[in-house]
Formats: sequence, structure tokens, C-alpha cells
Amino acid sequence: MNNTAPLLQLSSIGKQFGGLTALSDVSLHIQRGEIYGLIGPNGAGKTTLFNVITGLYQPSSGKFQFDGNSYQACKPHILAQAGIARTFQNIRLFANLTALENVMIGRHLRTQAGVFGALFRNQENRNEEQASRERAHELLRYVGIDKPADTLAKHLPYGEQRRLEIARALATEPLLLALDEPAAGMNATETESLKILLQNIRSTGITVLLIEHDVKLIMGLCDRVAVLNYGKKIAEDVPEKVRNDAEVIAAYLGGSDEH
Amino acid sequence: MEIFLQQIINGLVQGSVYALVALGYTMVYGILGLINFAHGEVVMVGAMLALSALTAMLGWGVPPLLALLLSVGLAMAGCMALGYSIERIAYRPLRHAPRLAPLITAIGVSIVLQNLAMMIWGRQYHSFPTLFATSSHVIGGAIINDIQIAIVILAVLIMAGLMVVVHRTRLGRAMRAVAENQHSAQLMGVDVNRVISITFMLGSALAAIAGLMVSANYGLAHYYMGFLLGLKAFTAAVLGGIGNLRGAMLGGLLLGLIESLGTGYIGDLTGGFLGSNYQDVFAFFVLIAVLVFRPSGLLGERIAERA
Repeated sequence: MNNTAPLLQLSSIGKQFGGLTALSDVSLHIQRGEIYGLIGPNGAGKTTLFNVITGLYQPSSGKFQFDGNSYQACKPHILAQAGIARTFQNIRLFANLTALENVMIGRHLRTQAGVFGALFRNQENRNEEQASRERAHELLRYVGIDKPADTLAKHLPYGEQRRLEIARALATEPLLLALDEPAAGMNATETESLKILLQNIRSTGITVLLIEHDVKLIMGLCDRVAVLNYGKKIAEDVPEKVRNDAEVIAAYLGGSDEH
Repeated sequence: MEIFLQQIINGLVQGSVYALVALGYTMVYGILGLINFAHGEVVMVGAMLALSALTAMLGWGVPPLLALLLSVGLAMAGCMALGYSIERIAYRPLRHAPRLAPLITAIGVSIVLQNLAMMIWGRQYHSFPTLFATSSHVIGGAIINDIQIAIVILAVLIMAGLMVVVHRTRLGRAMRAVAENQHSAQLMGVDVNRVISITFMLGSALAAIAGLMVSANYGLAHYYMGFLLGLKAFTAAVLGGIGNLRGAMLGGLLLGLIESLGTGYIGDLTGGFLGSNYQDVFAFFVLIAVLVFRPSGLLGERIAERA
């Protein structure tokens, strides 16, 4: 695999819902090992684009390439297998499974045991289960969950639920970790430790895609930032340049074209 | 006192069977939010398959124990294939249809299976062959025979095994994840359709064993036996809290006991006005009472938590 080629390449992606155009002609590429930010005013199409990238929506038009392969009409579990993992804006953990089990479900993709393995529990299967359990414990420590591993997910404090979602995504061994507003509802201290966690994750070689309302977090963390407005990409550059882009400022402050 | 003890024993035996069947209802409900009303017929098919195989093999001179084991295996395999097919044909195409639609196909499948069974095995009662010389034991004046002891022990072992699978294995974890949120489970790489198929097959395997237990206990099998048994097991699942595995087990045992004690004492309580032929009233009285006073069942979650 050519490591200078982009990890994710979107070419002219469009998405219509009936008569509504949510995305039009969006092209972008994400390099391996970068932290890539996606911002834009409410309703700009960030989450739609995110859902296209993770396979929850099929694009109406355009090309989708990930890790050197083209994907069309792709199911989420295929893209998960290919190495895209995500978290949700509104947390979607398995509330009645324990923290540990939530992470182990993430390992599902990378483990084998079938029905008969599960029923008869042969040695290979037990080893796999054991390894999976140990890895899940490591990930819980890594993202900084202090509560016991057998706490039900719904009983974890809010900040830890967000971290658990990240741990679960990491358990799938992703190449690209896509985070939908991970700092939503966090206080300044929690946001700061999230920032450190994301930098650590990137330093292990995982590429990070971030949608965020917290512009300060995006600017302080991302290598490059794309700005969406009305379903179109209006800017893409390093944070300092994006911050001073006239069109971006117009989009955020209520643009001059609306006057 | 002897009557009381005897009714407790009968209730436990019957309750073990209800529990096994109720697990099939509750597993499917837990994952799909669907009541598989054809499940009772799967029990019947299991009993019929086992009985036919058993009778044939005994006729060929196969040793009784081997014949029994082979018949159980055959009935389980047959019911697993049946459960898989029911889901594939009658439910999967309606996965995103309004809830009423799969309920109607479930009733349709149930009628089809009953009639198929009637065509294959006829309308008559089939008697269960005597395999072993079974002895009866007297405990405090009450009688329990070997078959009944075997039923209770086997049911407990199977239920314990199921709990291990659901709570300690990768497959069980995937089942619980799918039950909570199919979309997220899919994102974790869980093949949702596969998990649903396996759930139907597991439930059907339990149904096959339950069918064999009923016909061994009463010595009879009949094409219509699945209907009432299915409704009662469904009642047991609702009593325990549908969707909850422990609830199905508890509900099954409780319903067996209520039915058996009720039948034993209804004559005395009504001064001979109602007799033991009112046996079936109790299960449905329980169903109504649960739905009125505690719709979520004994161990069920509040509905708000599921939605």
C-alpha cells in the first residue's frame, strides 16, 4: 500500500433527500495520520457527510475511496471491516451491557468464534475470548475510565460514556476514527483531557476525523480543517488560514450575500 | 398435605416445559420485538418428529437409549431448520413493516404448520412408546416418576447452559447488543441477520426438547398440542417480563405451579361447583391479571426504558 496516497478520498459526493440537497459536489481527502476537522454552521451537512463516510447513508452521486479501494452502496459493517469506526453525537452505547462488554463488542469484528465455538467453547475460542477481554481492559484504561469494568454503560457518568464510545470504536482496530462532536456537553477540563486523548490516539498512527462545534478545540487540534455551508465545501486548509477566510467568516457571522 | 406436595411436583414438571418454550418466545421478542406465535407449533413438530423417529427406530431394533438420543438430535435439527425457515420466509421480508404485519404472518405460519402436521401425522393421538422400565418414587405421600425427574433436571441444565451462552460468550454478547440497538451492533461488525437466525434456531432447539418432554410425560402427541401449550408458554413469558430470559424461566415455573395448585384445589374452593376440567382457566386468568396490574411482568423493564 502506498502510504503517501490519501486514506480517504471523496470525489464530488452528492446526497439528496427527496427534493432536498444535503450535500452537493463535496470533494475532500484525508491523509494518513492527520487530524482532520469538519466544521460548519448548523444544518450545513456535516452529519450527513459523516453518515456517508461511515456507510449509514449511501451517496446519491460521487466516488468514495478508502485505503485504496472504491466503495459503492456500502453497508456499515463492511466499512467497519475496512477500518472506519465512529462515535455518535448522541451517545449510542449498549446501555445494558457492561463497560467491558461494550468494548468487547467492538472486538467482534476482529474475532472469529462461530456458533459451535460459542456452544462448545474449545481451547482456541477460549484463548480468543481471553485475549479480547484483556485488550478491552487495556482500552478502558487507555481512554481513562476509572469506574469498574463491570459497571453498566448507562450507569457511567456522561464524560466516561463518551470515552467508552471512543474505546469501543478503537476496539475495532480502525484506520480512521470518526468522531461526531465528541466534546458536546463537556466542561473545559473534560475537553482538555479529550484533546490529549485524541493526540495520543493520533500518535499511535490512527487517522482522526472530527466534527465539532467547539471551534477552539478544532483550531488547537486539527492539522487541516474543512468548512461546510449549505451542503458545499467552502474552505479547506490549515486552521490559521481557515480562521481568516472571508467566506468562512461570512458563513459563521451571517454572510454578506444574505443582505 | 399429600395432595399439596403432589401438585407442587406436577407444577414443577409442567413449569419446566413452559419455561423452555417461554424462552423461545422471549429471546425472539427481546431481539426483534416480535411475538412469534408460530413457536407453539414448532414444539408440536419437535414432538411429532421425535415420536416418528423413535417409533421407526425401535421397529428396526435400535437399542432404546440410542434411539432416544438420535430422535432428540433429529427433532432438534428439524426444528432448527424450521425455525430458520419461518424467520427467513415469514418475518425477515417484513422486518421494517408495521408491527401488525409479522403478527399476522405468525398466525398464518401457525395455521399452515398445524394443517401440514395433520396431513402428515393424521388427526389421531400418537402414543409415546415405552423405552425403559420407569419406576415411581414416593416422597412424603406424593409420587414422582423417573421421566418427571429427568424432565426437571434436563430443563435446569439446558437453562443454565443457555445463560452461559448468552452472558459469557461472544455470540451471546452479539445477541444482547443486537437486542439493544441493531444499527450500532452493525457498526461493530455484528452480522445482524445472522444473529437473528441463530436466535430463532436456538429457540427452536429448545422447543424440540420441550415437545419431546411433553409427549414423554403425557405419553401422547397430537397435531394440535402446540396451540394451547404455545399460548400458555407465551403467558409464562409475559408473566416473567417478555424479553427477559430469567423472567421466562421464573414465569414458566410459576405458571406451572399456579395451574397445578389451582387445578388441585378448585373443587374444594368452589364447593365442587367447578372441577379440574377448568385447568386451562388459570393460565389465562394469570395473563389477564398480569396485563392489567403489571404489564411489564415480574422481572421486566418498564416500557419507557426499552423504547
